[in-house]
Parts: sequence; C-alpha cells; structure tokens
Amino acid sequence: MAIEVRIPTILRTYTDGAKQIEGTGSTLDELITDLEHRHGGLRDRLVEGGGLRRFVNVYLNDEDVRFLAGLETPVKDGDTVTVLPAVAGGAR
Amino acid sequence: MLTIPRALYDKIVAHARADHPDEACGVIAGPAGSDRPERFIAMLNAARSPTFYEFDSTEQFRLWREMDDNDEEPVVIYHSHTATEAYPSRTDISYASEPQAHYVLVSTRDEDATEFRSYRICDGEVTEEPVTVVE
Repeated sequence: MAIEVRIPTILRTYTDGAKQIEGTGSTLDELITDLEHRHGGLRDRLVEGGGLRRFVNVYLNDEDVRFLAGLETPVKDGDTVTVLPAVAGGAR
Repeated sequence: MLTIPRALYDKIVAHARADHPDEACGVIAGPAGSDRPERFIAMLNAARSPTFYEFDSTEQFRLWREMDDNDEEPVVIYHSHTATEAYPSRTDISYASEPQAHYVLVSTRDEDATEFRSYRICDGEVTEEPVTVVE
C-alpha cells in the first residue's frame, strides 16, 4: 500500500494524463521528492523556496496541510494527498 | 460561447452587487463534459478584498470533492471587479487553472449597469467569448 496522490488537470502533463499517482515517504516533502523521480518537474510546481507554493493547495486526507505542518506534515501508507491549484485573482 | 440560463446569470450579478465593494466569487457546476452550467455555488472570498479574491482552501476542497463524486466539473468560475473593467487581469490569467471552464467577469464599478463578460483562459491566453442568456 502506498500513498495516493490526486493530481489536478493542469499538472497532468507531468503524469502522462493520470489523475492519480502513487508514492512513498514519511513526510510530504519526502513524498514529493519520491514523485519527482518518476514525474520530473512536478516538484517545482508545488514547492518554492523551501515551502509549498502560495497558490497551490495540498491536502492530507481532508485537511489543508497549511494547518498541519506544511512540507513536514507526516504522511503514511493509505493516506490520500490531493493537490488543487488555488482559485484566485484580482483587479490587477 | 457561454450559454447560461437567465436565473443563473441573475444569481451571479446579484452576488456581485451584494458583495460590492469586495470582489465576489463562485462556481457554476455542471455535468462533466456537458458544458452546461447548472448548479450555482457562491464561494466565500477568503481575501475579502476590493482588489483580490481567493476561494477558502477548505471550501474549495469540499466543493471539488463533491463535484468529483457527482461527476460534475466547474463549468463557470466567476468573480467580480469592483472598480475596473470586466476583463481578466494579469493575476486572473496567471492563476487560471481550469482550462475547460468559462471564466466570467462581472464589473460593479457602475452603480446602474453591470458588465458581464466571459472568457476562456488556457496556457496564459485569454479569448473573449459571446454570452447567450437563455430565458
């Protein structure tokens, strides 16, 4: 059993179109590093300057990891990590 | 082309007017692949700002999960500009992440007239499209 990772439409160019991929790791950071081995370029869409990108939401099961421990959030087999680009914008 | 029922068009405009001068935002979901906007969901603007909007991340998660369970997708993603024109800004374009959605922009800068326009935003390219309101 691994960790299920759900990928939004715009990041499926990194997964050959797959909306769900699998990975391993004991923290979110390790998981992302693991995914990067098979889906090169994905890490850079999620992480910037040592932290998660501001307008990319990552959830561990049902919780936004910003309310947990960010990249250091512990993850384990059987968990589901979901990535959703933030819906945002403004006048400028 | 965006084809939208009058009742949903009116809901978007009413939401934008109600939240003015803050930007209003929301989604109209429809059956995946149908391009039919059917289910209106007003979203909280977590930024509560007259010049920026952002969906609350937990609300967004719940809605996206719900749409997935219902085999729906976001057909319209709307927000309002409260002092500028109803045209996608640089930030609107850079954060647009649903290539199949119609991005509706409403401007409430004029008290008496509401501008309502729709766009496709794919890979940073904006294309305006006509809006047909179905009575």
